[in-house]
Amino acid sequence: MSPDRPSSPDVLAEPAHPLVRLAGLTHAHGRTPALRGVDLEVGAGTAVAVTGASGSGKSTLLHVAAGLLQPDAGSVQLLGHDLARLDDAERAQLRRRDVGIVLQYGQLVPDLPLLDGVALPLLLDGSALGPARDASRAALAGVGLADAEDAVPAELSGGQAQLAAVARALVAQPHLVLADEPVASLDPAGAALALDLLWGVVARGGALVLVTHDNVLAARCDREVRLAHGGVQHDLDLR
Amino acid sequence: MAIGEVHLALLLSGPRHGYDIKRAHDAWFPAERPLAFGQVYATLGRLVRDGHAEVVGTHSEGGPERTVYAITGSGRERLLTWLDEPAPPAGTTGEEIIRKTVVALHSTTSGADAERVLSAQRAAHLRRMRQLQRRSTEQPGGDVDLAVRLADRHALLHLDADLRWLEEAAEALRAQPPAASTTSTTTTTTPTTTPDDQEPQP
Ligand SMILES: Nc1ncnc2c1ncn2[C@@H]1O[C@H](COP(=O)(O)OP(=O)(O)O)[C@@H](O)[C@H]1O
Ligand SMILES: [Mg+2]
Repeated sequence: MSPDRPSSPDVLAEPAHPLVRLAGLTHAHGRTPALRGVDLEVGAGTAVAVTGASGSGKSTLLHVAAGLLQPDAGSVQLLGHDLARLDDAERAQLRRRDVGIVLQYGQLVPDLPLLDGVALPLLLDGSALGPARDASRAALAGVGLADAEDAVPAELSGGQAQLAAVARALVAQPHLVLADEPVASLDPAGAALALDLLWGVVARGGALVLVTHDNVLAARCDREVRLAHGGVQHDLDLR
Repeated sequence: MAIGEVHLALLLSGPRHGYDIKRAHDAWFPAERPLAFGQVYATLGRLVRDGHAEVVGTHSEGGPERTVYAITGSGRERLLTWLDEPAPPAGTTGEEIIRKTVVALHSTTSGADAERVLSAQRAAHLRRMRQLQRRSTEQPGGDVDLAVRLADRHALLHLDADLRWLEEAAEALRAQPPAASTTSTTTTTTPTTTPDDQEPQP
């Protein structure tokens, strides 16, 4: 039985409830196996680094966890919702409302000015234009892009586009953020800004799953899940 | 001090005499100062005293008579225990992390689990790196003394360099399964011509 609108569990009242529960996730790109039975649970107030050599399956894991790719086997639960039990619209709604996603090469809607591009999760979720734009302005200001709200993505540098993608992921104040190398193309100041915002989600009792090849960044997290050849090589508690 | 454990690792694949140990050590650790014979014999003497090694014969073909040493069960245990303790994440490159990793990579056919050693070292480093970052970012007063911040940053970046090196070492391990070790259990009949059967593969 899938609810009409996925309701957000109160993560603050239920800190032990895993915000992410991946079980036996398997996925192949055509004939290339990318995930071979990955289990991962992420509780509230936790930042998890997903590391591993390139090609080890980090991006695939993030896409499957975000519901952007279907697993061949295994299950994905986000905030208590089993993605396989939601229809496409419900999945999209869960993502817009409660899950911020930052993909590796920041993807913004090409022809939309930043102000609306960043507001998109709210607009698609039925929010009125005014409040959505206000939230977008605040999010853009948070990443230092207050002056770029009229720019379209093609006018942005790679780093600016990445910052805008972070702003968009955070605009709906999600409980969970799934991010694939969100600061890899940023200068140190931009990276520090983006990371502080992402960690704000953790501080508010949410969770952050952060794919990174940066050891220093991995060591800022509470756990490291290291992938090798599509499997979990180790799952370390760093606290 | 890891030199005793390194000697034990060099004895894992079979008994050797001191000269052989010195040559194999220098081949494993080309960046270190070559071992002095005096140090080799002092170390072997200590290992024998502690029951980690034993004299199993002599070897004299075509040269001076040499004592041949073998690792004991207790020596093997000592070595594996040492491998299981990550080197202290010091922040300045200690020799221990290099010693331990090289020994683990060379000894993996003899009961050591190099992947586990590398994983444990990574864990020790990451935990220390996490502490260093938290001290800098989450100081109660907000203000961290600049000197402390710079020192922490120095330690952090050195630990990161260690981790990158560990990743390369792990990669090398996976790419090149260790050659079957020639276990020369014979003592007095060891050929003199190739004392150095444990040199790493090219
Ligand atoms: N779209 C794709 N088509 C075919 N193979 C892919 C695709 N995406 C990833 N792969 C393969 O799947 C494996 C895991 O890739 P990926 O998840 O991108 O790893 P990572 O993010 O850790 O570098 C690799 O072998 C990669 O070549
Ligand atoms: Mg990737």
